[in-house]
Amino acid sequence: MADENPEEKIAVIEEPSEELTLPKEEAGRVDMPEPSVHRKVAAIQFSVLSPQHIKKMAVVKVVTPELYDREGYPVDGGLMDTRMGVIDPGLVCRTDGKRLKDCPGYFGYIELARPVIHLKFANLIMTLLKSTCRECGRILVLQNKVTSLNADLEKIEKEEGPEARRRVLKDLIGGMKTATKCPHCKAKQIKITIDKPTTYLEAEKRINPIEIRVRLEKITDEDLILFGMNPKFIRPEWMVLTVMAIPPVTMRPSITLESGERSEDDLTHKLGDIVRINQRLFENINAGAPEIIIEDLWDLLQYHITTFFDNSVPQLPPARHRSGQPLKTITERIKSKEGRIRHNLAGKRTNFSARTVISPDPMIKLNEVGIPLVMAKKLTIPERVNVWNLPWLKKLVELGPEKYPGANYIIRPDGKKKKITDETKEASLEELQPGYTVERHVQDGDIAIFNRQPSLHRMSMMCHRLRVLPGKTFRLNPAVCHPYNADFDGDEMNLHIPQTEEARAEAEFLMEVQTQLISPRYGLSVIGCVQDAISGNYILTKSLKFSRENAVDLLLAAGITDLSRLSRKQEISGKEIFSALLPEDFNFTGHAKFKDETGSDEVIIEKGKLIKGVMDRNLLGEGSGLLLRNIHKRYGKDFTINIIGNMFRLGIETLARHGFSTAISDTDLPAEAKQKIQDVFDKANRDVTDLIASFREDTLEAFPGKTKSETLELKILEVLNKARNVTGQLVSEHASKDSHTRIMAISGARGNLINLAQMAACVGQQALRGKRIDQGYYDRTISSFRKGDLSPMARGFVAHGFKNGLTPAEFYFGSMTGRDSLMDTALRTPKSGYLYRRLANAMQDLKVEYDYTVRDSGGKIVQFLYGEDGMDVSKSEKGQLNIKRIIRTVLSE
Amino acid sequence: MTDELFAEYEDKLPKKVLGELKENIPAKTAKGKVREIMDTAVKEYKESMADPGECIGNVSAESIGEPGTQMTLNTFHFAGVAEMNVTVGLPRIIEILDGRKDIKTPSMEIYLKKPYSQGKDIKELAYSIKETLLNDIALEFQINIVDLSITIKLDRELMRRSGFTSATILNGLKRHTKSYNVKAEGDEIILKSRSKEAALNSLYKDKEKMKEVHLKGVKGVKQVLPVKRGDEYIIVTAGSNLLDTLNLEEVDPTKTTTNNIHEIADVLGIEAARQAIINEVFGVIENQGLNVDIRHIMLVSDTMCTTGGVKGITRYGVVSEKSSVLARASFETPIKHVISAALVGEVDYLTSVVENVMINQPVPVGTGLPGLVTKVKVK
Repeated sequence: MADENPEEKIAVIEEPSEELTLPKEEAGRVDMPEPSVHRKVAAIQFSVLSPQHIKKMAVVKVVTPELYDREGYPVDGGLMDTRMGVIDPGLVCRTDGKRLKDCPGYFGYIELARPVIHLKFANLIMTLLKSTCRECGRILVLQNKVTSLNADLEKIEKEEGPEARRRVLKDLIGGMKTATKCPHCKAKQIKITIDKPTTYLEAEKRINPIEIRVRLEKITDEDLILFGMNPKFIRPEWMVLTVMAIPPVTMRPSITLESGERSEDDLTHKLGDIVRINQRLFENINAGAPEIIIEDLWDLLQYHITTFFDNSVPQLPPARHRSGQPLKTITERIKSKEGRIRHNLAGKRTNFSARTVISPDPMIKLNEVGIPLVMAKKLTIPERVNVWNLPWLKKLVELGPEKYPGANYIIRPDGKKKKITDETKEASLEELQPGYTVERHVQDGDIAIFNRQPSLHRMSMMCHRLRVLPGKTFRLNPAVCHPYNADFDGDEMNLHIPQTEEARAEAEFLMEVQTQLISPRYGLSVIGCVQDAISGNYILTKSLKFSRENAVDLLLAAGITDLSRLSRKQEISGKEIFSALLPEDFNFTGHAKFKDETGSDEVIIEKGKLIKGVMDRNLLGEGSGLLLRNIHKRYGKDFTINIIGNMFRLGIETLARHGFSTAISDTDLPAEAKQKIQDVFDKANRDVTDLIASFREDTLEAFPGKTKSETLELKILEVLNKARNVTGQLVSEHASKDSHTRIMAISGARGNLINLAQMAACVGQQALRGKRIDQGYYDRTISSFRKGDLSPMARGFVAHGFKNGLTPAEFYFGSMTGRDSLMDTALRTPKSGYLYRRLANAMQDLKVEYDYTVRDSGGKIVQFLYGEDGMDVSKSEKGQLNIKRIIRTVLSE
Repeated sequence: MTDELFAEYEDKLPKKVLGELKENIPAKTAKGKVREIMDTAVKEYKESMADPGECIGNVSAESIGEPGTQMTLNTFHFAGVAEMNVTVGLPRIIEILDGRKDIKTPSMEIYLKKPYSQGKDIKELAYSIKETLLNDIALEFQINIVDLSITIKLDRELMRRSGFTSATILNGLKRHTKSYNVKAEGDEIILKSRSKEAALNSLYKDKEKMKEVHLKGVKGVKQVLPVKRGDEYIIVTAGSNLLDTLNLEEVDPTKTTTNNIHEIADVLGIEAARQAIINEVFGVIENQGLNVDIRHIMLVSDTMCTTGGVKGITRYGVVSEKSSVLARASFETPIKHVISAALVGEVDYLTSVVENVMINQPVPVGTGLPGLVTKVKVK
């Protein structure tokens, strides 16, 4: 920042942190490096640089636009002067004697031949000129009114900010009688206008910057306060530049092209222009050139300085490269998403990270992530050598970077990093001793942070334990897809290896998958069974029966080795197998998604036995039901993550044994059902025809507040929706009860009964913008219909099912809504993204204080108790304290 | 007996939990057991409190921002037989959180006092609330250039239906006809300019103004729709004017509400506005079938309302209130913020998150909040 905008001075106030005291070196240890000075920035002060200050902080006065001499060495007093820092590997900075990368760079300055307006203060200068006397420089307000005025302005500033304060003051003075005559010296005032960006006119006559500077100088410190400016940090005359700071070379490095040619930074180009014109202006003034020439050069200098600060001023043509592409000057560097602030300061880049495609592996634990071997050999963890781990680390060093598990670098106590190669291996092994650090390959069980973009909530970055696996993809358990919103259609994910003990500890205790089980959004589990795991458990708990051998085999295949809870009977039901996973003292009552044949949807678990009901999405899925939440509350996070994993595998293994697939025959309907559906359609068609007829005859009564045609549309929609729903019902009644498609829908694994009906019988009305389709040609949707045809077919009702096939018109209507929904998604993403960014920016510093109030960074209280009861949603049960459970458990004791 | 026990826990548990406990503990539970239940509840409540340092703001932002991606952009009411068309979904949320003054579809829900809420004269009442402009009952406005007069042709039929006579219309027009000689002729009203040199221009302007003359009903209410909600009748309107509506005699002022947050803030005060924001946002999210805890919405609403007025979550609203220069600069228009900071010599004390990220220091939330103090033995 400090070196970005030379006009904004940023002093860093440093406060020395507590002295780092380290224990005395133990005998036999290699000398530790000197503890580096550790300081904490306590505050940053903003102010405007005075000309004196610019000169004081500058190390060189730039006098020539030349950059390099014949040998390619930077010219003294040029823009690349080595006193302002170095960017060439061989050179040494003449200010601090440091080389490239160590030298922070230093400011220079140029003396301007004539003063120039600083663009960014142009509006403020205007306000000041308009509101102060042109003769005596006092504010154009009667002395006795100043105090009351100040009080008013303070209030406005508090409510609307300093910008508003100045605006109000300007308007106020503009409306006063004194605006034409100074109340202090009685001098007559002349109207001042601004010719943007930087020309000021007084009665059509130009006021040159010298004159402006003189006027600004006359403004008293007391009056400045009225303008919301602090004279301690800014004097108005500083807004008219007489000297200009030249940013250090290090912030405008040149690049050497392949051809050996040098290509200078945009800022250097611009500064070259400024220096050149400035020199010419000097020469012309000294030579006594005519005023016109001087004025022209002066304007040119103003232009160059203006575009140096901001090259996108609306009134000015942007300065361009020879290729015609506009230069990126200071404002463009700082501003917007790719600017310094958002791109480099608020966003950081990191090493020790990896990215690749993800693929599923239900056999690893939920809190594990499988990483390819090649990555494991590149990602390292620094391990401080001590007496106890020395043999282990020596072994790793010996294996080196190629063999896994090995190590890539050793770091000496003085901070020198050495790569382990076949040549250096011997020497490294020799010198390795406590105090050294070894960068070893990551190994199974190491901690990593796993992430998928967009990182919309904190569950988008969770800590997993590594599992080195063959292959080239990251492996993750499909059950944790939901919090990441990941699927395996080519998604890529990122992995980070925390490098310090502190970071690892935080990751493990705050970010590991099991700690993130309960969503802070709604207080229920975000992780649960998905897809096959749900239908598998559904089938298992619904009706399956196994012989004891098969049951044991199933459980073992699912990775469940604790069979102590398995029934001793010879024939074991699915419910009993499922119960084997549950803890012995677990009680639960809940509801399944659908009612079964007996008309009950109750699910009862008593003493760890599933007595009644089936397992479906309502119980096992993420974000729904309290089964998982109850287990979590009762038995803790580690147990829960384990049991989810077990249930998941059990479900999948069940399916593997049972067989599970969908067929086209799943959508077959008996002839009788087909006839019924046909009848329903015929009736709907007749109803619609009647409605249209009554509309045409004008006998249709309009709904209040609606026109007749709107009413007709509503009524038709109602009829058609009803018809669709009835067919849906018919389909679900008549379609084969135990078809797998249906099981998927009923268990909640995928799809719903409407999808089934859409395949078997009827897709239904296609709606665009909440209406039937009514656009396309004049008075009709497709040219194959008559004009003004309001019948269902002509307005996007798809009467066929996907299995039987759609008519061309129907297919076209389907495409229309499909396109519409695509557009919706495309438009929504940036909108909601911006909303999220704004919310996050506005609220990121709100936190719970030690007194349980919620405050912002300024200490302002936002809530006296978070959410009115202080409860953390991620520790609640669906946002509440589960009173009933508490009562039940206490009473049952 | 148990009441005493409950009273004991009054400041240990939130009211809502206490109420639930009262309701759910079986009547014949022994006192010792009740106490045990209460103690467990207190223990669990304490355990589920948000820890100090928890960056609750960010959690709330995530909780609202994340489902935002799942919301639909253009939702319309489906086959809803008789509902007013109001903005829903993401656009509505954006509208509320922006703190916009004029919203796309302002709408009121007018609850009524006793006989009317049962359906008495509901239609008539609704129509009496609906705003009628002169333009609504006039067929034609004519300007006669020769004798500088305006002729308004009225729709007899409409007038009769909505209970207007020429006299009542003239009465409503009074304020605008000072410089005219007014004459009612059949279903025409003729306004003749008094001044001889009245410019045609001003005549035209007056004519346009007269179109907008408010004759009857509540100003701003464009449409009314009586709806049965539960077992009472309410009136849903398009267009909103809370203040005037509350003044109507038939209206139940305790329940009547609008979806215009700023109007609520002006009429009922900031606390009401805060609640209105919560209700509106929660309503939209629920309507979309999404699940977001109300605490998050409360926090957003509270940040918008802490200053005492409704501030949007924009660079002009909440963000401009931040104490840190760098935090403001990192959001939008960085240069403006830096310059205005320089003018007053502002100091950034680096008390929030982004500033510290920028200069590579630990952020003062969560585990970064507490500091450790160690006694160092000096030998």
